[in-house]
Amino acid sequence: MEQKEKQILVSIISSIVILASYSLYVYHKFMAGNPGIINDFRFWGRAFLILIPVAIMAQIIIHIIFAIIHKIVTDEDLSTKNDERDKLIELKSIRISHWLFTLGFFLSMGSQAFGKPPWVMFITLICSGFIASIASEGAKIFFYRKGL
Amino acid sequence: MSKCLISNNIRKLRFNHDEMTQQQLAEKTGVTRQTIMAIENGKYSPSLELAFRIARVFHAPLEEVFAYVSEEDSKQTDNKTL
Repeated sequence: MEQKEKQILVSIISSIVILASYSLYVYHKFMAGNPGIINDFRFWGRAFLILIPVAIMAQIIIHIIFAIIHKIVTDEDLSTKNDERDKLIELKSIRISHWLFTLGFFLSMGSQAFGKPPWVMFITLICSGFIASIASEGAKIFFYRKGL
Repeated sequence: MSKCLISNNIRKLRFNHDEMTQQQLAEKTGVTRQTIMAIENGKYSPSLELAFRIARVFHAPLEEVFAYVSEEDSKQTDNKTL
């Protein structure tokens, strides 16, 4: 497996772990025993606002740890070089994630149009963001392996 | 519109240039070894700029390094060989 593919795999696993841990934390800290909070817009706003910096910080820390472990195991530095092929793959995968998130956005708005409770919209938005991110990383691995 | 295929002689040219490694060619052209590998295996068609940079490393004209073969041409070649 190439270095880039390893980095992408770490990114996918860390995204899953971060969202799962954050969801469990929020559920146990705020939602367990207080089901009424699910319809509180302030709760969802705070949950979203905190998730973004927490996810970014956690990703950075996980990638630093991965770089250290990679250096110890293989005695090679992680490449930070992005050439034209990397940029093209990045663009194509971003396009996939963009369309998936747009679809999720329309679904979330559709849930409101059909009279579903607000939490359905927020859950759909979080899920579509997560799926878009995973699909984007998966597409990168596909393009690296199969070619452009 | 037929699908275009770009073939190349990079592997042969590397061999003829003191058995140059993919890493050495990558360093000389400013890309990663994985990109050189993908070009050699026909998984990636380089930009015009990179194609010229590769040709310059081998001191060869572009046509000597890369060749354009349309799908129709390759089908005709296949039919002739059958």
